[in-house]
Amino acid sequence: MRKTLLESLTHGSLTEPAPAPDDSALAELATKVDRAAQARLGRSLAIREVDAGSCNGCELEIHALSNAFYDIERFGLRFVASPRHADVLLVTGPVTKNMRQALERTYNATPDPKWVVAVGGCAIDGGIFRGSYACVGGVSDTVPVDLHIKGCPPSPTDLLKGLLALLEHVSGKG
Amino acid sequence: MGILDSIPHVTAELPHRPWPRAIVTEAGWQAAIDRLVEGGLTLLGFWGEPTAVHMAMLDGVSAEIAVVTYECTAGTFPSVASPHPPALRLERTIHDLFGLVPAVADDLRPWLDHYAWGKSYPLSGRNASRDVRPYQFLPAEGEALHQVAVGPVHAGIIEPGHFRFTANGEHVVRLEQWLGYTHKGIESLMQGASLEAAAKLANRTSGDSAVAYAFAFACAVESALQIEVPRQATLLRALMAELERLANHLGDIGAICNDASFALMHAQTGILRERCLRAANVAFGHRLMMDVIVPGGVTRDIAPDGVSALHALLAELRKVFPRLIELYDNTASLQDRTVTTGIVKAEYARQFGAGGYVGRASGRDFDARRVIAYAPYDSLSFEVPVLQAGDVNARVWIRIREVEQSVELIEQILRQLGPGELETALPPRIGRDSCEGMALTEAFRGDVLVWLRLDGELRVERCHLRDASWFQWPLLETAIEGNIIADFPLCNKSFNCSYSGADL
Repeated sequence: MRKTLLESLTHGSLTEPAPAPDDSALAELATKVDRAAQARLGRSLAIREVDAGSCNGCELEIHALSNAFYDIERFGLRFVASPRHADVLLVTGPVTKNMRQALERTYNATPDPKWVVAVGGCAIDGGIFRGSYACVGGVSDTVPVDLHIKGCPPSPTDLLKGLLALLEHVSGKG
Repeated sequence: MGILDSIPHVTAELPHRPWPRAIVTEAGWQAAIDRLVEGGLTLLGFWGEPTAVHMAMLDGVSAEIAVVTYECTAGTFPSVASPHPPALRLERTIHDLFGLVPAVADDLRPWLDHYAWGKSYPLSGRNASRDVRPYQFLPAEGEALHQVAVGPVHAGIIEPGHFRFTANGEHVVRLEQWLGYTHKGIESLMQGASLEAAAKLANRTSGDSAVAYAFAFACAVESALQIEVPRQATLLRALMAELERLANHLGDIGAICNDASFALMHAQTGILRERCLRAANVAFGHRLMMDVIVPGGVTRDIAPDGVSALHALLAELRKVFPRLIELYDNTASLQDRTVTTGIVKAEYARQFGAGGYVGRASGRDFDARRVIAYAPYDSLSFEVPVLQAGDVNARVWIRIREVEQSVELIEQILRQLGPGELETALPPRIGRDSCEGMALTEAFRGDVLVWLRLDGELRVERCHLRDASWFQWPLLETAIEGNIIADFPLCNKSFNCSYSGADL
């Protein structure tokens, strides 16, 4: 164990420089200015991830945000275990009808001010699952969405770009 | 034809490949169930159509496979689950989707149907409706018992499902799972889909096993159409499958240790997992390698710098991974959490035909790569690790050994890769009404089964995808019994069953 720990101290850091915030995400967010909320939250956001029926691909890449290469916590972004602690809901999947109520209840349990980020092609409009008897469609058909991050699944860099845009927006810089 | 010799059947002259399918009478269906109950055969799959049910069965000794079909002329079929519990969730699913009634069923509670679809029996083609009743969990009786309800939204970044614990103090007396939250209606979306659209759906049945599903789907189509895939394409398929296995096993080993509060391992394997995904992205243009495997072959060759990216990955793994194994093996506080925790009895692993590390950690020596020996694994050399202890520790060790095997396999494949054809052209149509194919591939968590029927224009008429999790989830209920609730995340992670793959 000592060798592994020592090496991680002496070798250079794996963490990569931050990507620039996504321009299209900034544009989408620019339409939703809430100065009062911005003043309250500062430069830190607590994120609650909700899988609303995804294939699990998006979750794998959201997980990767916490590895040494992306190290999401350095930006003041952290994942929390309860919607009651969250500022942001990160929602994936085509919102299966079996998950719709759970998503609504999670949204209602999240205190204001809050943002919803829909992640992945399915979360935008149901993606390849659109039209199924078992899916509602996009996340915005169930709860209001502030930002969409595209991709199937979006790469950790794409996710980071979108979340950094949200952070800029929330801290009043966007 | 082996299995079917001992099962009276009406006809086996069906266009079903590569294994036979036979239509059986009630006596034949019963004989098949008897073989499952006595343990001579293992249930591989159990699925429905509007007026028929099918069972795929494996003879573990001869590695033969056969499918039997019972035509439900009266809308009913003799229950398989009543005498053979591994069939239970599949049987409840058949009822949920097709409205066919198992007679006589001990348990016909809905499984995937949470009464939220706006219709009942969505694949039955009829407009029957079902009585809405609150879901009844199975009872647990005794003094001082309390229940803990968890999910569908969990604390971590994982898929949704509901767990109902009944506990006596800290000790779990009964765990009951209620899944179906991620049911997307994949089988209905498959109906009438082009092969291209259907392959996309197969890739996204369980995102962590995108390659394994695409592989199985493609093999099933190729069996149905009786076409051969170029050698280069099969090698690339296996290369991606082993990369997927590596990435998942590395992620799992770290996540299991993390659930035992040993974050260092999680951080280290997280780095290795990321390196796998980056190498995959360089080699195949997508971190999860989705949509590269298609019926007929693969859509692209490995990128020119992909080979060196993979060699660099293998070198890194060979340098770092042995040190992590040593770390796992020499950390007593970690072993204290994993050894003797969450034991799956060998008897259950055999009865349920549990695949992957769940089965192989409990003495079930089955790996589709070796038993079915589909191309190119018939010409590659590798070992299949098997352990007997059945605890969390054994499931970690199976993964560790499989990481080592996958590294060797990737090395072998890279040596054999050369310039070559990537695809065999599919015929535009077939000269008959329909054809059927089935395939089994080994995903990181166990065998994936794909069965399908194509129409004359090569559209999917029916397709059923069976994840390994169907036969693993129920064993998690048995493994947690008598353990403390606080060890559930650890046990659950050591199984890492798919929700999406089993909810369809």
